[in-house]
Amino acid sequence: EKENKTIGLLRRTAIHGESNSVLIVGPRGAGKTMLLQCVLRDLQKEEKVQKNLLQVHLSGLLQTDDRTALKEITRQLHLENVVGDKVFGSFAENLAFLLEALKKGNRSSSCPVLFVLDEFDLFAHHKNQTLLYNLFDVSQSAQAPIAVVGVTCRLDVLELLEKRVKSRFSHRQIHLLSSLNFTQYLERVWTQLSLPDSFPDKKFAQEWNAGVKTLCEDKSVEEVLQRHFNSSKDFRSLHMLLMLCLSRVSVAKPTIKPADLLEASRMCFADATANMLHGLSILELCLVIAIKHLNDVYEGEPFNLQMVHNEFKKFLHRKSNSMYNFEQPVVMKAFEHLQQLELIRPVDGSSAKVQREYQLMRLTLDHSQIMDALQKYPQCPTDVKQWAMSAFG
Amino acid sequence: MTALLQHPGYDEERLKGVAEKLPCREVQAEMLLSLMGQPHQYSYPSILIYGHRASGKSHVMHVLMKELELPHATVSCVECVSIALLFEQVLLSFFGCDAPSLLPRSPSLSDFVRVYRQQCSQSPAKQTRYIVMEKAELLRDTDASLLSALLRLQELVGDNVTVILLSEIAWDKFRPNTGCFEPLLLHFPDYSKSELQQILSQNVHSSYSAGFYSAYINILLGVFYSVCRDLRELRHLAALNFSKFCEPLAEGKVKETDTHKLWKHIEPHLKKAMQTVYLREVSSLQWEQMQQMEEEEAGALRGLSAHTHVELPYYSKFLLIAAYLASYNPARTDKRFFLKHHGKIRKTNFLKKNEKTSNHLLGPKPFPLDRLLAIFYSVVDSRVAPTASIFSQISSLVTLQLLAQVSHDDQLDAPKYKCAVSLDFICAISRTVNFDIVKYLYDFL
Repeated sequence: EKENKTIGLLRRTAIHGESNSVLIVGPRGAGKTMLLQCVLRDLQKEEKVQKNLLQVHLSGLLQTDDRTALKEITRQLHLENVVGDKVFGSFAENLAFLLEALKKGNRSSSCPVLFVLDEFDLFAHHKNQTLLYNLFDVSQSAQAPIAVVGVTCRLDVLELLEKRVKSRFSHRQIHLLSSLNFTQYLERVWTQLSLPDSFPDKKFAQEWNAGVKTLCEDKSVEEVLQRHFNSSKDFRSLHMLLMLCLSRVSVAKPTIKPADLLEASRMCFADATANMLHGLSILELCLVIAIKHLNDVYEGEPFNLQMVHNEFKKFLHRKSNSMYNFEQPVVMKAFEHLQQLELIRPVDGSSAKVQREYQLMRLTLDHSQIMDALQKYPQCPTDVKQWAMSAFG
Repeated sequence: MTALLQHPGYDEERLKGVAEKLPCREVQAEMLLSLMGQPHQYSYPSILIYGHRASGKSHVMHVLMKELELPHATVSCVECVSIALLFEQVLLSFFGCDAPSLLPRSPSLSDFVRVYRQQCSQSPAKQTRYIVMEKAELLRDTDASLLSALLRLQELVGDNVTVILLSEIAWDKFRPNTGCFEPLLLHFPDYSKSELQQILSQNVHSSYSAGFYSAYINILLGVFYSVCRDLRELRHLAALNFSKFCEPLAEGKVKETDTHKLWKHIEPHLKKAMQTVYLREVSSLQWEQMQQMEEEEAGALRGLSAHTHVELPYYSKFLLIAAYLASYNPARTDKRFFLKHHGKIRKTNFLKKNEKTSNHLLGPKPFPLDRLLAIFYSVVDSRVAPTASIFSQISSLVTLQLLAQVSHDDQLDAPKYKCAVSLDFICAISRTVNFDIVKYLYDFL
């Protein structure tokens, strides 16, 4: 019914010349743009709308300030020639001129214009919010029939608007919050993966759909989908999961199996930091463990290379292991590599005056991440592992 | 071992060529091919590939693009100091030389999308176009909307284009504040030891057998693997040291299969390489020249950081020693070290050092000029008059970056300095003037 509401609104603007403004609000991937496109498509089918309505599509990502936005509006209304080289005193004048130029032949009323503002919250960050103010102003006064539709992912978008802008806005909001339950979610998986009846190879389609059915009924698959459902209900993340799942189907293996979905899920939930820790050299890993010990003893205070090296040397001294007895510059290079991977970050402050060995840093990793990485590390020497799990941990 | 890559829509012969050029990366190439789908189909709008340096990300992308002749634009974000360069590169690669000239002088993202749409309506895409961006982590430092816009470029321009970002940093550190279109994340795992062995052994020289070369690589990995797993660095080191490895063979002292003797010969050499060439202290050219020379002539290789090439005058050395003492000793202990009769030291003055506050771990502390001079006069054995030449020597020490000036340039009457040399260096200097500095350091009491 949200669709009907929007259609009704826009139809009134297009046919009856009423000005409106509405905001479509919903989290990312909820289907806001899709809703708008459906609405516009249905509207275009009506002849009166098709003849009359002009559309201007703006995006907060692309039109980063009001002047660019105005140029874009001029361009989309095909009024560059009319504007020519005119210089306008203010934004309002410019906009009024444009709308005036759209007046129909008998000068009775102007053509209705639909303004679609994507990433609406970004427009609220422009200086003085001039574009928004003027658009809403026109929609409130009777100058020309326009409809302003804003699309945004921020639920608190009204807080961003200035008082004078907010007062001109009609406070009409359409919230798109997903209200799926798990059964509907599973049905969606089923519909997305199945092949339609119009598929040319009937036999293959039948086999494929049977495979999908077994997949959906598999217990472990259901658990995995439950996990995905609990973290996010929106369609976009489901789409990504299914995409990864389908990419495992190939010419050599033209069927879909539960293992595919499980593998795809594993890829989705993989911890990127753990993956990167897997590829560190042993020296770098030892440095990370030394930092962990320092953090435990000194309760998270920043450290520098000298302290870390000192800690590492204590370990070597205990183990009388000459294998890892590297010189300071080699240890420094390993430390810098950790900094490049952003596993450690310098503490804010002037780094110019401080020597590199004494630059204070902080660790961006968690205790549990380090311990997990150690478990998975290939061929980790036992004394290093023991050191990591020793007394202070 | 090399599985055949099969995919409808791409020529089989070409796929075989791709598989040969990508050892140990077949799984990733397979995944990429299936995500790319058939050429005329739309792919996922944005993909982020992350993994360690030299894990083959750019290599795989280049091989795929070149061998399968897909329309693509490769951009390195390091080169794109201004976003205009990025836009021009993309338009040039997709639409020819005339397209970039349509952009206005300092183009914004809006102009880029407009020109792209214009060009696209004239020459629509018959296959998926790819934009490959290397070092994508630098995009975070540019305009906030650039990254968000690139991730959904397919939607904004309405064309069959996919953006592939290559980066060393995980996605969690990239994500913009209010969220964005999430790209597909692909991880390129690091090479294991055996995979590194396999890849490095492919560079075998024609005059030696494969077995001989892989024995060499084995020894090299044995020395360097625990420090560095970067394929590029290892390849460089392998190339530099191979001639030295073959020396005993050329001289006829050992046979090819005598791995133990060869190992004994090359191991000290590799260890030396770790301290010099690996750290870029000496250039590769110097290293190769050093290898040519005889062992006795070679001597100690002078690295860049050595500082031993700096010869200081007598008083400057004492000034530097005094500066080191001033930086690393707390002010309250000066009395004990530098006065001839300091009397009894009460226990309370000398708290047991907490290891954490050891100055050698925390770094040098700033000190005023007066303190430096006071220590200097007590350390120098002969009587020295406070002439201008002493002060000018302090300034020259600052220029040499052995001292660092901490106070602002405005404060002329009470300048503060910090000592910027390491313990090894100052010990070497104090040895040349017969001064036992360790006796005077608080941390080593």
